[in-house]
Amino acid sequence: MKVLVPVKRAIDYNVKIRVKADNTGVETANVKMSINPFDEIAIEEATKLKEAGKVTEIVVVSIGPSQAQETIRNAMAIGADRGILVETDLPTDIGGVEPLAVAKTLKAIVDKEQPDLVIMGKQSIDDDSNQTGQMLSALLGWSQGTFASKVELGDGTVDVTREIDGGLETLTLQMPAIITTDLRLNEPRYASLPNIMKAKKKSLEITKPEDYGVDFSPRLSVVKVVEPAPRVGGGKVESVDELIDKLKNEAKVI
Amino acid sequence: MSILVIAEHDHKSIKPITLNVVAAALAIDADVHVLVAGTDCANAAEEAAKINDVTKVLKADAPELSHRLAENLAPVVVDIASGYSHILAPATTFGKNVSPRVAALLDTQQISDISAVHDADTFDRPIYAGNAIATVKSSDALKIITVRGTAFDPVGAEGGSASIEDVASKGDAGLSSFKGQELSESDRPELTAAKIVISGGRGVGSGENFALIEKLADKLGAAVGASRAAVDAGYVPNDYQVGQTGKVVAPDLYIAIGISGAIQHLAGMKGSKIIVAINKDEEAPIFNVADYGLVADLFDAVPELIEKL
Repeated sequence: MKVLVPVKRAIDYNVKIRVKADNTGVETANVKMSINPFDEIAIEEATKLKEAGKVTEIVVVSIGPSQAQETIRNAMAIGADRGILVETDLPTDIGGVEPLAVAKTLKAIVDKEQPDLVIMGKQSIDDDSNQTGQMLSALLGWSQGTFASKVELGDGTVDVTREIDGGLETLTLQMPAIITTDLRLNEPRYASLPNIMKAKKKSLEITKPEDYGVDFSPRLSVVKVVEPAPRVGGGKVESVDELIDKLKNEAKVI
Repeated sequence: MSILVIAEHDHKSIKPITLNVVAAALAIDADVHVLVAGTDCANAAEEAAKINDVTKVLKADAPELSHRLAENLAPVVVDIASGYSHILAPATTFGKNVSPRVAALLDTQQISDISAVHDADTFDRPIYAGNAIATVKSSDALKIITVRGTAFDPVGAEGGSASIEDVASKGDAGLSSFKGQELSESDRPELTAAKIVISGGRGVGSGENFALIEKLADKLGAAVGASRAAVDAGYVPNDYQVGQTGKVVAPDLYIAIGISGAIQHLAGMKGSKIIVAINKDEEAPIFNVADYGLVADLFDAVPELIEKL
């Protein structure tokens, strides 16, 4: 069984982002970039299935700048067997490559690679759209198991436990299927040095958007990007009595 | 053109978030229809018809719509989409699951999680966990949108008298089926709809100690939330989590107890009207956003608070 795992290079989750001075976007130059955390969970899940003998090949795909090769190598160091980069210089957070274009490109790759399962992050932590998996599923006419916290392979089916508002829900999906990962699905491993070295020798094919016939022109134009209005905090109270008094008589919220 | 709102409901009644989505729709245009797709969902449809300013309710009632499976629900929306300029759904796990599927089938680039409406084409949406706000203008003829409920004041649940019209289900796609669910049982208000939210963090120390947070919540009729650290430590279930990767809340009063205030947590609660922080570390970043910060040991302050309220 073959699994495809799309991964995205995004600003590292520990970085405090800065809005560009001209309000056209978020500063990405000289900022630490990493694999999107939800995608790292996806590659870990695929790797665990491979280690359990249920998966024979993991193909990792990224759409982004030349530097996204590093992201693909990271995924290979965890467990992917080979990689495909769709290289573009358009921004991948906002005002550039959008989820629909990504889903169309991934569909073209799925048509060629014929995986049984696509496992991908539920959202990237830059544009926070949470769309690509569902869109890919729609374009392929496949089943979808979004926000997965547990994945159990059956015979031609896969049971996906989903994190929904109010609790958990389990669906049985007919394969082929799309699964999008939530945080509690697994804890990604740290890649070992030997595996990092091995990853450098794995096959990485570099392609262009034109190879897939997908129009990358954005449908959403960015009017402006601003920082949210700052919250004025820092007020202190000295005692529980003072707190209750303020909440009752000043804020009038209790 | 009219606007379609995809209602979130449990077949018997409409979820309150639907009222916030209708409010966002009314900020775009006046003619708002609501789709209630479910099984034996006549009660929910009747409730939808009473929502203030809704002009028409579309009811799709079929067995295959019982578990809100995106594969079965999306074709119902696609089938009626041509009559609408905008299709709105809540940015909940329900809306996030189904809406992009509809958008892709209609070759439309969805606009996720809008927090403001500028005009019929232009919307604000938070990006980077709310650390930036992007204003985007859509060039698609049809706009498919998910709405951040806390950003729009709900319309009245009563006062409307819309007509109810049946629309067809498109059958069972046969791609997925419901197997089971485990829902948290609680009499407390829903986290995203509560007027008061009490959240605990790693400082609470254990699942047993969370009873203290719950006791305070019950005293105030509040919902209980948690930071990701408390969820990861196993003190409470995942659906308690407030933050970038959990729920976004904006109650009148948010009380953060034993929470340091990581960026990820602040992203989920800094829209609250009044924020109270109780933490023994006076350097904790949560105090920077708190209206009323109390530097104290929570195991002293919270019991005192419960006693004196």
